[in-house]
Amino acid sequence: MEFCAEPAALEGAKWWLCYLSTPKHQEFYFSFLTVLALIFLVAPITLLLGFGGALARRSSFLPLKWFGQIYTSMVRGVPDIVFFMFVPIAMDQGLEYVRHRILCPEMTGPVYQGNDFVVCTVAKLPLSISPQWVHETYGFFLAVIAFSIVFGAFAANTLDGALNAVPHNQLETGRAYGMTNRQVFRRIQLPQMWGYALPGLSNLWMILVKATPLLFLLSVEDVVYWARELGSSKSSIFDYPHPDWRIWYFAALLVFYLLLTWFSEKAFTRFRNWFSRGQNSHTGQIVLEAG
Amino acid sequence: MSCGQTILDYGLRSIGIGARLLPKTDITLCEQIVLIGSGMIWNVYLALIAVIFGFFAATLVATGKASNNPFISRSANWFIFLFRGSPLFIQFFFGYELFVILPKIGIDIPLGFTTITLETGWFTKAWLGALIVLFLNTTAYTAEIFYGALRSIPRGDIEAAESFGMSGYKRFRRIIWPTLLRLAWPSYTNEAIFLFHATALVFFSGFPAWQQRGDAIYYGNYFAEKTFNPFVAYPIVAGYFILVTLVIIFLFSIVNRRLNRHLAPERRSRIRYRPQIIR
Amino acid sequence: MKKTILFGAVIAMISATAAFADMQQVRMGTEGAYPPYNFINDNGEIDGFEREVGDRICELAELECTWVKNDWDSIIPNLVSGNYDTIVAGMSITDERDQVIDFSQEYFPPDPSAFVGLKGASDDAINGVVAAQTATIQASYVASSDATVVEFATPDETVAAVRSGEADAVLADAGYLETIVAESNGELIFVGERVAIGGGIGIGVRESDSDLQAKLNAAIDTMKADGTLNALIEKWFEGREGPY
Repeated sequence: MEFCAEPAALEGAKWWLCYLSTPKHQEFYFSFLTVLALIFLVAPITLLLGFGGALARRSSFLPLKWFGQIYTSMVRGVPDIVFFMFVPIAMDQGLEYVRHRILCPEMTGPVYQGNDFVVCTVAKLPLSISPQWVHETYGFFLAVIAFSIVFGAFAANTLDGALNAVPHNQLETGRAYGMTNRQVFRRIQLPQMWGYALPGLSNLWMILVKATPLLFLLSVEDVVYWARELGSSKSSIFDYPHPDWRIWYFAALLVFYLLLTWFSEKAFTRFRNWFSRGQNSHTGQIVLEAG
Repeated sequence: MSCGQTILDYGLRSIGIGARLLPKTDITLCEQIVLIGSGMIWNVYLALIAVIFGFFAATLVATGKASNNPFISRSANWFIFLFRGSPLFIQFFFGYELFVILPKIGIDIPLGFTTITLETGWFTKAWLGALIVLFLNTTAYTAEIFYGALRSIPRGDIEAAESFGMSGYKRFRRIIWPTLLRLAWPSYTNEAIFLFHATALVFFSGFPAWQQRGDAIYYGNYFAEKTFNPFVAYPIVAGYFILVTLVIIFLFSIVNRRLNRHLAPERRSRIRYRPQIIR
Repeated sequence: MKKTILFGAVIAMISATAAFADMQQVRMGTEGAYPPYNFINDNGEIDGFEREVGDRICELAELECTWVKNDWDSIIPNLVSGNYDTIVAGMSITDERDQVIDFSQEYFPPDPSAFVGLKGASDDAINGVVAAQTATIQASYVASSDATVVEFATPDETVAAVRSGEADAVLADAGYLETIVAESNGELIFVGERVAIGGGIGIGVRESDSDLQAKLNAAIDTMKADGTLNALIEKWFEGREGPY
């Protein structure tokens, strides 16, 4: 807006209009989309990982079973915040190390030189010549993976429990009809399982939504980062000086999250009702009860 | 310095007993393990007190939500929605900001007793301020779990109690309360674990650390910053959390067994397999 | 021995080809929350004294620089793990840090730290409750003094703590506090004596990056000699004279 050229001369509504539309504020607004994008990306990956984890835990192949059990119970025992403090850096270094070994086989020196982690230039992730948005996207995807690993473990618990909850006599009936174990699993246990898993999964979604303020720990410039940055008191070095306004920015975040969880709750209730319509009354009953 | 000396110096450092200065150079593994372990005192303290008080408050809020009085049930609903619908991270922020204003209000009121100003000052300290936020948070979550359990108490149980002439408090104490606990216990175990893990947020973003007395993750952060290496300190923090989580699961399963001891084995297992994570 | 030579030769080759094809790419890490050293301006760009100094250094050393924001807590781990190549974030040269990373020569002289308290505070405030940013030299200074230290994650919160009466004083770089005190309409005042903690401010680089360190040093030399560094210090820090 042209009249924003001289912020010091502005007053009242114009000042607010200009202040709230600075490029910095636009980044703040954009970061809400970042958070939403993260949630919608993490959810399906979490479901896949959870499914894999649940199947691993039920596997008859012992190492796989142990892996599944260790994965789910380890992540379950550690607060997500502690996990986020070192796992993304470890993932980043691991990836770079692998690339270093493949892309620069001629360099045999150690990658740890004293405190420095040094890989050859072409092994860097992303390459240091890549533009900034590539770096930011890469950081965002590391965050997506870190979130997915944590919540995949929760989902594995839920799905495992749900698979166990399918009444045994239904599976027996399937076998009596001459179905193989695999057929029983795919045709009976899997479809029946969702009814039992739904309450747990909708809960997991809520936990995921409320864990997103931790994104700033993963060096993603999320809503919390910008709320802190914009809200902190600004001296006259800035175009729009103001005292400490963090409380107002956090109030905006509070409203955002309350709305998000409220809408999610409504959507899940609808979905659950729709889902339990087609089910036999027993499952429908349990679904209603659990909800 | 031997490891035994380190334990003497830093074993209780997080509550202000022992050496005043934190290790700065040539940090040993022993120092990291001892000091981070000392920080766990905070995590356990905060989780324990919040869970105990939250347990009773949640019973009140849950019965409030089930109440026929629209005012009571609506306020209980709003309380639960506010604390369950927003991230704990943001609750800590508002908790601290609110508590910081308190002393100023206290000064405006011409009471003038030194004891009162002293007391309002405690709210901005983690041991009380963060505890209150955690308490309110767990109360809301637990209340929702208890409310769910309250609704699924078999009608026959309550009617049977009535036919025995039990009513009011007696019926609640003898019939509703134990059944409610039995139904809610698996989810409540989950909630206790979640709350324990949530204590990691207290010093991280919510409340400032006084005299470098902080929880496990505060010291983990301190060491990661001093050694410039996150791959030692944070796994130690994680290890401690796994240990205490195992203890929590163990303790809660003892109670679970007690709550279920009167039931036939197959009915017990049915309750346990209800796949729920309430948080 | 042979291996090291080969290793060095490969590095030299790679950097040579890179220089031939394009200018050397350098990623500059900064905090972006410490005006006037570095901050995010209203256009969302990194701005401040260090931005201008850094850009000028890159120009002189013929480096192509991009600026990267990183939280103060993890600014050194992310340098050594290679997320960026330099730290230009008002970081004082200290022995502790020097053991892990290398520094260029200073581009800002040792700046004494100052205490700031509320209007009417006496000099005793510095022995009371003193706020400092976590993981700064000021925090460890207060921790080893008689005062009670309260640590906050950002510099802004430390000043907010004094305003709210939570802390009696805040200890931070004088350069950071001066503008805040000047614009507080008398609400905040300097208390006590200033204390010299830490050395001047230099650019942090990885220990394995001595090439880059040499280039930065040469560029800073030039800026000190031709007076541009002095001019920048005088521009961003009101009432200060360029010391070089």
